Amino acid sequence: MTDINKLLVDVEKLFSDDEVVTEAKLQKVTLPSGKVLGLVTLDNGLDHSRPNTFGPKGLVSLNTAYDAALADETIDAIAVTGKQFILAAGADLTALQAGGADGIRAIAELGHAVFRKLGDGDGSVKKPSFGFINGLALGGGLEVALHADYRTVIDSVPAVGLPEVMLGLVPGWGGAYLLPNLVGPAKAAELFIQNPLNQGRVIKGGEVVAAGIADVEFNGADYLEQSMLWADGVLNGTVTVTRPEIARDETWDEAVKNAGFFAWAKTGDASPAAKKAVELLTLAKTATRDEGFAAEDDALVAMAQTPELLASLYSFDLVQKRAKRPAGAPDKALAQKVTKVGIIGAGLMASQFALLFVSKLKVPVVMVDLDQDRADKGVAYVHAELDKKLAKGKASVGSTNRLKALVTAEVDYEKAFSDADFIIEAVFEEMSVKKKVFAAAEAVAPETAVFATNTSSLSITEMGSELKHPERVVGFHFFNPVAVMPLLEIIKGENTSDAALATAFATGRGLGKTTILVKDSPSFIVNRLLGRFMGEVAKIADEGTPIATVDAAFAGVTPMPPYQLIALVGPAIAYHNNETLAHAFPERFYLSENLHRVVEAKKGSFYGPDGRTLDPEVEALLEVGDVVKTAEEVRRQTLEALADEARRMLDEGVAQAAEDIDLGMITGAGFQFWNGGLTQLLDREGISEKVTGSKFH
Amino acid sequence: MTRQLREVVFVDGVRTPFGKAKGQYAETRADDLVIKCIRELTRRNPSLPPERIDEVAIAATTQIGDQGLTIGRTASLLAGLPNTVPGFAIDRMCAGAMTSVTTLAGGIAFGAYDVAIAGGVEHMGRHPMGEGVDPNPRIVSERIVNPDALVMGNTAENVHDLYPDITKERCDAYAVASQEKAAAAYAAGKIQPDLVPVATKSAEKGWGLATTDEPMRPGTTLESLAGLKTPFRPAGRVTAGNAAGINDGATACLLASEETATELGLPIKMRLVSYAFAGVAPEIMAVGPIPSTEKALAKAGLSIDDIEAFELNEAFAIQVLAFLQHFGIADDDARVNPYGGAIAFGHPLASSGVRLMTQLARQFEERPEVRYGLTSMCIGIGMGGTVIWENPNWKGDK
Repeated sequence: MTDINKLLVDVEKLFSDDEVVTEAKLQKVTLPSGKVLGLVTLDNGLDHSRPNTFGPKGLVSLNTAYDAALADETIDAIAVTGKQFILAAGADLTALQAGGADGIRAIAELGHAVFRKLGDGDGSVKKPSFGFINGLALGGGLEVALHADYRTVIDSVPAVGLPEVMLGLVPGWGGAYLLPNLVGPAKAAELFIQNPLNQGRVIKGGEVVAAGIADVEFNGADYLEQSMLWADGVLNGTVTVTRPEIARDETWDEAVKNAGFFAWAKTGDASPAAKKAVELLTLAKTATRDEGFAAEDDALVAMAQTPELLASLYSFDLVQKRAKRPAGAPDKALAQKVTKVGIIGAGLMASQFALLFVSKLKVPVVMVDLDQDRADKGVAYVHAELDKKLAKGKASVGSTNRLKALVTAEVDYEKAFSDADFIIEAVFEEMSVKKKVFAAAEAVAPETAVFATNTSSLSITEMGSELKHPERVVGFHFFNPVAVMPLLEIIKGENTSDAALATAFATGRGLGKTTILVKDSPSFIVNRLLGRFMGEVAKIADEGTPIATVDAAFAGVTPMPPYQLIALVGPAIAYHNNETLAHAFPERFYLSENLHRVVEAKKGSFYGPDGRTLDPEVEALLEVGDVVKTAEEVRRQTLEALADEARRMLDEGVAQAAEDIDLGMITGAGFQFWNGGLTQLLDREGISEKVTGSKFH
Repeated sequence: MTRQLREVVFVDGVRTPFGKAKGQYAETRADDLVIKCIRELTRRNPSLPPERIDEVAIAATTQIGDQGLTIGRTASLLAGLPNTVPGFAIDRMCAGAMTSVTTLAGGIAFGAYDVAIAGGVEHMGRHPMGEGVDPNPRIVSERIVNPDALVMGNTAENVHDLYPDITKERCDAYAVASQEKAAAAYAAGKIQPDLVPVATKSAEKGWGLATTDEPMRPGTTLESLAGLKTPFRPAGRVTAGNAAGINDGATACLLASEETATELGLPIKMRLVSYAFAGVAPEIMAVGPIPSTEKALAKAGLSIDDIEAFELNEAFAIQVLAFLQHFGIADDDARVNPYGGAIAFGHPLASSGVRLMTQLARQFEERPEVRYGLTSMCIGIGMGGTVIWENPNWKGDK
């Protein structure tokens, strides 16, 4: 470990006026027994919407507070807690990013050195210590409390976790060593390896005590009072804390093995942070505290040098900031209020829309189909889904009744749409059909109503071309399953007005989606790239590389192997997307005859029921060549094709920036966070430069 | 139907440590203060199923902001009581908590409630007396109320005029004694058991913990009081030293019908005998406790000689001394406020009534030979309130 005094000097280079400094304020509190608690409050001076974070100045402030508490002989014990509702949300990522790899090292080591004073003292003095988890505690925000001898937690805590691995880091301020030694290796692995890789899952409320992170929980009405009284009890011996013994036997190795397998399977062995986290978990079994902390320091420094970390921080910035302020969206003030939604169609897609719109916007939603039966079926689907939520206890009777009453079925366009502000079609993917239903809706809808289409491949401009008001048509492209996938591509046709576009963005936000502005073009952003990807993959397989080799080539790039993706979306839909694109760009998009045969044979997958071995009936349909490539060659060739396509999309103005491509691929196609989506990965591997002559960033 | 009157008992009472305005609770919400009291009551009485609480009445004089929003109801929800427990807000200025008690006691006696929580809160730092008031102009134009009535210090000076032999020196001596008795009670640990600690919020200092009454000034002497200004009149008698200050705090108590308390195994600390409120000329409100006490005694069929323990609110020393003089009791009678009073602890208006009761309950516990005691206080705009209690520890003739 580096000497803390040197670190304190080193870190001054990273001081920035932009840091929102989380100050550590030490107050001496006399407990009822007469013992004196040095209570350290972390507070960045802003309200709970801006959580405390640890930047360089914040760490220095905490160090000062701990030193003062340790030096003051009248103080018997030290506790750390946060401003109201928040303990802390971890390291200040902006500061981390700004400092580059050296900066990360300095902050990592200093954080470690400061935090451990709570548990270890300053070398000459050690005092009993408490962590009061009074609210959100993530990453370093949890680690600051893990260093304490004892912890309490507020029963309503909304988020506790160590999500570092998701960001390409490891819990390196003590978490990777302290947590397994506190709660056992299996639980720790779940918290700092599995949860981060499961979309950054966190735990809350009673789970925190159940997990063994806190010793006791108290109600929010007098959380801090009861925590301090409990601490007083611990100090004067009236409260005894017992924790289960952690077994340091083969169960530990078993937990490590399981965590390693999980990380391998989830990341294709491609996330250095996940691998490093598993290593630290292994080490925590036998290492001393000093060894464990030193290993964390080394791990953080190693992570600081990985491109995956910078890519993760880039991704984090995309989903935290760019997703909330979509680039190119018109002034919000232009948006019109949506008080009634019309849906043309009542099939499965339309019904999913109805469920989403009514649940999120809580306005009347009318579904229109050719006959009453079909329309009623759509409503019945929505009602059944709402009842399921009620049965699971996730909704109240009142709110369920409210939503059910808002969804109605209709066959008459005039009755349905004469007072609708937002009309979305979900009819058969055929231009003439879509034009026809829009024309019929326009005859009865208010002049200002926005017409949205969920087409995945047809031209928005053409769809509106025969309307009296073509400027009202906008593309509204969801991803399946509609309720789950966060991405919504919003497509501006040539005639689309700013007002219609603003309403589309506002509605998308109201639906809780990440919105991206896309130019009207074949298959838009995500499906176009996936189409190029799938086409390239199919070509390679058709030429002779075994499907097993192809499917093994993309671990750590895509969330699942390509032929499993086909099984998920269905061969017909995959083929249809490729058809559209091959029609638009025949020179680049390959249309697989083998895929076509599988569609014709009405097969749901290339794989048999086990999902791993090829379906012999499918195998019999395939005609393949004799060019066999390695997995690495497959990966390389496909990524090169994607680099080519991404560059074209930027040149054509389909996407406004590489950032939008990556945001789309992360939120719409499940591309990896730690790769920075797509373009960061292409830059990192030198593919962008080789294929397009320059990097994307 | 036949209806039987039921005995009402005081089961338990707690309070926050009191604060000086702009002091330890400067950044702590008023409703949070009373919420801590409600939680402490339920925590201290685990044999009471929370759903058995039939009513929560919380008083505040200035019912706006964090003292508004039907505070009895919102505080009970925020304290984690089941949402089936109703609540309401009460206002009778300084006698707010006392009125919470008498109102719910009436309901218990009548049979409307079995168990109820009564309390009060006043954060005078956040809500100074008179905040947002809009007195009817007829008060002045038709001389309905002497304008002095709206300034409590002036009413206290007016009472001095009525009792010229109660000098500033007598008031100061009474105040010094109050501080001394309070300090002694603290040293003997007689106050702390009924205090609920409060986490204090401070942007500058971070969280802290209030465990003691901030207004106390142990070591106060006649000399140190002699030089204080008389802010209400030149050459007046009322000073910051012989009156209660501007304070923040909250109280709450648990009341029950005697049979319910027995059924649930709840302690019985006092038994309600009678209560009365009475009006006087608003500009001499500090004499209010005299007629209210006479009324309450009459209703109970008792005389002042039957009362052996007094908890009188020390809004002003003159108010207590006028009361004692009226009833022929010495300034330093040991039966009166033996643990000190509001001059030392503070007087967060609508909360004080329950503090008097909690301290009377302590007297009863320590002095089983006492049968009757009373709590009394003066009330703004010319009123007094008195509640007479019986000591359940009393076992027949002394």
